[in-house]
Amino acid sequence: MEVCDVKTTTFSRTPFVFRIAQSLDRRAWIALVVAALVAFVLIPLLHLAIPADSIFHLSDYFITLGGKILCYAIVAVALDLIWGFAGILSLGHGLFFALGGYAFGMYLMRQIGRDGSYQSDLPDFMVFLGWKELPWYWYGSDSFLWSVLLVLVVPTLVAFVFGFFAFRSRINGVYFTIITQALTFAAMLLFFRNETGFGGNNGFTDFKRILGFSITSPETRVVLFALSALALMLTLVFVNYLMKSKFGRVLVAIRDAESRVMFLGYNPLWYKLSVWTLSAMLCAIAGALYVPQVGIINPSEMSAANSIEMAVWVAVGGRGTIIGPVIGAGIVNLAKSWFTMSFPQYWLFFLGTLFIVITLFLPDGLVGLWNRLRRMRGGESA
Amino acid sequence: MSDTQLTLDPEVGDGYGGPGEVFGHTLRPGELDLSHKVILYLEDITVSFDGFKALNKLSLTIDAGELRCIIGPNGAGKTTMMDVITGKTRPDSGRVFFGQTLDLTQMTEPEIANAGIGRKFQTPTIFDRLSVFENLELAMKADKRVRSTLRARIDSEQQDRIAETLDLIRLGDQAHRLAGLLSHGQKQWLEIGMLLMQEPKLLLLDEPVAGMTDDETERTAELFLSLAGRHSLVVVEHDMAFIRQLGGKVTVLHEGSVLAEGSLDMLQNDPRVIEVYLGR
Ligand SMILES: Nc1ncnc2c1ncn2[C@@H]1O[C@H](COP(=O)(O)OP(=O)(O)O)[C@@H](O)[C@H]1O
Ligand SMILES: [Mg+2]
Repeated sequence: MEVCDVKTTTFSRTPFVFRIAQSLDRRAWIALVVAALVAFVLIPLLHLAIPADSIFHLSDYFITLGGKILCYAIVAVALDLIWGFAGILSLGHGLFFALGGYAFGMYLMRQIGRDGSYQSDLPDFMVFLGWKELPWYWYGSDSFLWSVLLVLVVPTLVAFVFGFFAFRSRINGVYFTIITQALTFAAMLLFFRNETGFGGNNGFTDFKRILGFSITSPETRVVLFALSALALMLTLVFVNYLMKSKFGRVLVAIRDAESRVMFLGYNPLWYKLSVWTLSAMLCAIAGALYVPQVGIINPSEMSAANSIEMAVWVAVGGRGTIIGPVIGAGIVNLAKSWFTMSFPQYWLFFLGTLFIVITLFLPDGLVGLWNRLRRMRGGESA
Repeated sequence: MSDTQLTLDPEVGDGYGGPGEVFGHTLRPGELDLSHKVILYLEDITVSFDGFKALNKLSLTIDAGELRCIIGPNGAGKTTMMDVITGKTRPDSGRVFFGQTLDLTQMTEPEIANAGIGRKFQTPTIFDRLSVFENLELAMKADKRVRSTLRARIDSEQQDRIAETLDLIRLGDQAHRLAGLLSHGQKQWLEIGMLLMQEPKLLLLDEPVAGMTDDETERTAELFLSLAGRHSLVVVEHDMAFIRQLGGKVTVLHEGSVLAEGSLDMLQNDPRVIEVYLGR
């Protein structure tokens, strides 16, 4: 059944970029410009141009932590897209993040060249396993562009195939969530095996270069940081556009009453599948930006706890809001780095408590709390 | 593709043919046959849940432009019948024809909706977290595939249609309120409004006036009467005053099949009907 004869719908012929620009209001533009100045000018200057002994100097530690949190923020926005707006909780986003990281990590491993401990053309772990040549899926991994392509295509394809069968079978709610968790777990076991060809439980590490530049130089760090900031900003602009379109309203409608959506003539399968696949792709991009900044990727990125933590970021910031997940990812991860330095043994207790408190008392997260406070103040002054 | 074969003749039917008028007519799928002006034809539908037959060889014909009421005790299978028509439940056996050629048992829910069947659920089902206006916007007849919703914009003609519907369902001053905040009766009306925005040829209404005040019920009856002719309506209800006001042919469902069919007066004097339903 094709639905063609429809005279009532009009499409705007405005080019895509303009339509995206139109979707931003004044406040959003100001926020974007400020964020761009901070990320592309202020922070690079404070890191590169201010001497290390000045109190205004931003250390390597800060740049790396900041870049890492920006990547996590992309993940949080991606997860919110599927959970906050479409109402589908995934506890498998660690998988897409890790796949993006591994795909780009292959390139970083090849960039080590003969500077590894065994001075071989092959990555160290392959020499250690006695392998004589690269497995077929490593071919092309010395090319930057090919690796970027892998980052964009492989996790997206995995998500598409998984999502297609899950959504077509109408697997919903907690069942879907459990299956995503199982999928991630299975992938983790697979990547733990040395024979899989991704470095077993050590994963990839000891990177030296990226596009020929030293991966630990201040300039490289700043560029990676700025790229992460750019990726996050583009993600936010695009998600904002999606959510203001009719497409976004159909997603919210699916969350509220999926059967009603179907009886109105929308096929939820394609809506869920497209937003699910997009979400996975954003995660993969975040993973690829993350790995060169932290210098390691291993199967523990696919652990259950990791994917659960991602959901906590979204819950803390505020589900179904555009900026909430960014705030959540920022606050929880800053808290985490403080805890892991001061009392590492209490981090999981803190995380668990935080999750319970948020779920019970702040179902709309910090953004919801902020809105409620503002309304209360507005009510007093009125 | 279905548009041509389902063109309705506005002159058609107050719904009074004698019972069985169109039974026994052989439908040939794929062939356009408007000689009987039938819009919906259920043929020997059986649905069982764990051996229990919710529908038992149910056959039913609805004429184009007809306003049909369906009554029957709780558990008679009225909602299940609507589930079968709209593709939510697949029958164990039997077929459902929309017009002469579309076999609904072979189609998915969205396909059936796009073919021109709209449905109101027994409990009002609307989108709580969208505004009243947005609820109507999503329901509006349009290309409902992903790539069109990504770029759809509301034009002034559509704006007018939504405004018209808002007036009709008396929610004009609530357009930008979240639908979840409406009263029960208002939700019922919003769902009816959504149905109208779909511009369906056949409307299935499952207990549409449940929870409405007398005044609201009366207005709903007027609305349905104004729709009949241009649309075909199947209304499931318990409210006898409401059914009397609608005045069309009434079908009594009992234990998953048709017990009797005719005018309300006739049925109220039918001993079998009195026994299972009206007499209680
Ligand atoms: N999904 C289901 N699973 C099991 N039994 C069902 C299901 N849906 C309906 N039934 C049973 O089928 C019978 C008909 O239900 P229904 O069509 O809802 O009746 P009505 O709408 O006429 O009150 C009832 O006995 C009900 O319990
Ligand atoms: Mg019912």
